[in-house]
Amino acid sequence: MLSRTADHLFWMSRYIERAENLARLLDVTWQMSMVPQSEEAANQNWNAIIVLNSLEEAFAAKYSVVNGENVLKFMVSDPDNYSSIHSCLRLARENAHAVRGTLTTEMWETLNYTWLEARDRSFEQLLSAGISDYFEWVKVRSSLSRGTTLGTLLQDEAYNFIRIGTLLERADNTARILDFKYHVLRPLGDEGATDFYEWGALLRSVSAFEVYRKVYRDAITPDRVAELLILNKDMPRSLHFCMNSVIKNLDLIANRQSGETARQAGLLHAQLHYGRIEDILAQGLHEWLTDFMDRIYLLGDGISKDFLVPMAEVA
Amino acid sequence: MNFYNEMYDANGGVRAHYKGYEDWLKATPPERIERKRAEADLAFHRVGITFAVYGEEAGKERLIPFDIIPRVIPSTEWKALQSGLRQRVKALNMFLWDVYHDQEILKAGIIPAEQVLNNAQYRPVMKGVDVPGGIYAHITGVDIVRAGEGEFYVLEDNLRVPSGVSYMLEDRKMMMRLFPELFAKHKVAPVQHYPDMLLEKLRAVAPQGVSNPTVVVLTPGAYNSAYFEHTFLAQQMGVELVEGRDLFVKDEVVYMRTTQGPQRVDVIYRRLDDDFMDPTVFREDSSLGVPGIIRAYQAGNVTLANAVGTGVADDKSIYPYVPEMIRFYLGEEPKLNNVPTYMCRKPDDLAYVLDHLPELVVKEVHGAGGYGMLVGPASTKEQIEHFRKLLIDKPDGYIAQPTLALSNCPTFVEEGIAPRHLDLRPFVLSSGECVNMVPGGLTRVALTKGSLVVNSSQGGGTKDTWVLED
Repeated sequence: MLSRTADHLFWMSRYIERAENLARLLDVTWQMSMVPQSEEAANQNWNAIIVLNSLEEAFAAKYSVVNGENVLKFMVSDPDNYSSIHSCLRLARENAHAVRGTLTTEMWETLNYTWLEARDRSFEQLLSAGISDYFEWVKVRSSLSRGTTLGTLLQDEAYNFIRIGTLLERADNTARILDFKYHVLRPLGDEGATDFYEWGALLRSVSAFEVYRKVYRDAITPDRVAELLILNKDMPRSLHFCMNSVIKNLDLIANRQSGETARQAGLLHAQLHYGRIEDILAQGLHEWLTDFMDRIYLLGDGISKDFLVPMAEVA
Repeated sequence: MNFYNEMYDANGGVRAHYKGYEDWLKATPPERIERKRAEADLAFHRVGITFAVYGEEAGKERLIPFDIIPRVIPSTEWKALQSGLRQRVKALNMFLWDVYHDQEILKAGIIPAEQVLNNAQYRPVMKGVDVPGGIYAHITGVDIVRAGEGEFYVLEDNLRVPSGVSYMLEDRKMMMRLFPELFAKHKVAPVQHYPDMLLEKLRAVAPQGVSNPTVVVLTPGAYNSAYFEHTFLAQQMGVELVEGRDLFVKDEVVYMRTTQGPQRVDVIYRRLDDDFMDPTVFREDSSLGVPGIIRAYQAGNVTLANAVGTGVADDKSIYPYVPEMIRFYLGEEPKLNNVPTYMCRKPDDLAYVLDHLPELVVKEVHGAGGYGMLVGPASTKEQIEHFRKLLIDKPDGYIAQPTLALSNCPTFVEEGIAPRHLDLRPFVLSSGECVNMVPGGLTRVALTKGSLVVNSSQGGGTKDTWVLED
């Protein structure tokens, strides 16, 4: 497969996954804002989204106040914000457009139609129609895109690159949310009561609320939430699950120069496969997650160098 | 002016080959037609069958309007056209071989040598290069129109990178999806095997000694106006769609950059003009091409389709000589008519043209896509005077032809069904002795009332083209 084609597929899948994750996060925050709380607390939650995506400066350049409406507008519909859902859907479609011959008709039509629909809806329309409906729609479109990929695409290299893109993006996202929320919700040394709603919201944002109940059949505690999202190998949005799939797909596309990248991925996977939550917490969850995110980033970089950026011209 | 109507004869009777369709149209409720038209629009949009228009906002895409009334050609007419097209394309390929080798036709004085050799489209790098099978134009799009009495004329030959074949295929697919009952009633010759035929031709012209060639389609990129077609053809043939930056040349061999390392490329169906192919040979500022590819081509290590330098045979200043080429190379009388053409570089012709501008069509010798032309009868005084100046300044840059009474065909427009002018572009595929085409081609229709310009860039639409089998 052409390196450039693989690059477009990789980013296409990352952007659609990013749009979905963003929709999940925004939806949960939106739902949470309806729980009785002080205005300050509410705005803190909205601010968290900006911080989570490292967009403080870009946001401040356009808006003077952090509140629900401004953050939603910025993260949902702002075409100048490259991390908005609007931009992610556009970029997913642009990458798909560049390789539409490699995609099946169903995949292309899904992404193309998603973008055309999103493009034609103004923020005001979304708000008045119920913004939660829109988040639901984004999730469904992302699911549809995943579904058409699974249901129609030949499972060759193209499929492998799409999967790797999706799972790296998802792993990064889950790690980010967990890191941030864990920090905010459970300041160091505080062993007091945990906020059921806050933890519930975090679980819901990664579709893990029911999963948690099924796995633990017990009260929600921060450590178990961390365990579920990091180490559970069967939960589709956990770090372990994501890395499982990454190394499997990476193995299938190996080339002469990808050995080191595969080794790094294997190391990361081994940590999740054999790790214990007690050890991770003892090391400090924040430190551990920061290290994980750094290594995920380097992994993406390695994949890019080994496969996606035109190779050195040696015949 | 008398126009030939494709559906009705001069007395208003339905032509035999349209009888079945006309009956169906009359019997079908207008609401159903309207619903189907909306469905077609939505489907084209969703599938993203679009084209970009030069000069409009970058990346902006438009739909080519699709008309649901097909253009029907009876098989007898098609057989005659097909045989004329074979003859014409064969002669054009022989002409190209000749001008890059012994130049017999110039020595014989049939075409003035300076007309060919000083032509900007004549590529000296091609002199003495032996292209596989002697084929230069592997894919030819011949624009054919029908005039007042129903006779066909070749308006121009497109030997560089003719486009539109994807619309031919998508229009058929759409018609079959919208109105399957019509295909049950009519014996419409199928066209869907075009990509197979094309792949077969491309494989047949691989460099010597390559038994299982790697074929690719080379596109200028996603912002090119015909990008949809490039992806479509690559996908339908199951080959890679590459851009210049995906290729590189080492030791006169072309490779593509893949996730598994460099892979050799043998045949390139390139949808990129000569000028942009190789910055070391042609335009230095081209970032779309591949440095060194022309050397690899000259060395016979890669086949380009179409060949470099075909523009010298479809140039409008060479067009008037095609009938002579047919006589010279094949010893046959041309089966298809050429439009009588005034060459403005000849003083007598120029004088005539300047005297008759309001009735003539004036075309730029190197122009294409309906840009830079004057349709005398449809132009204002200012436009005519503007062209008069251009002609006096640079007579050898223009030719002129009588305004043909392009045939028309009933078409859905704002005010209902009305006649609109159309042309036909069959796609002719050549390899070795074999010249093939799928029945019909792309029918383009001018949607503006009275307009004779059918190009999509000028607001033209398309129709499905039916060749009826006996």
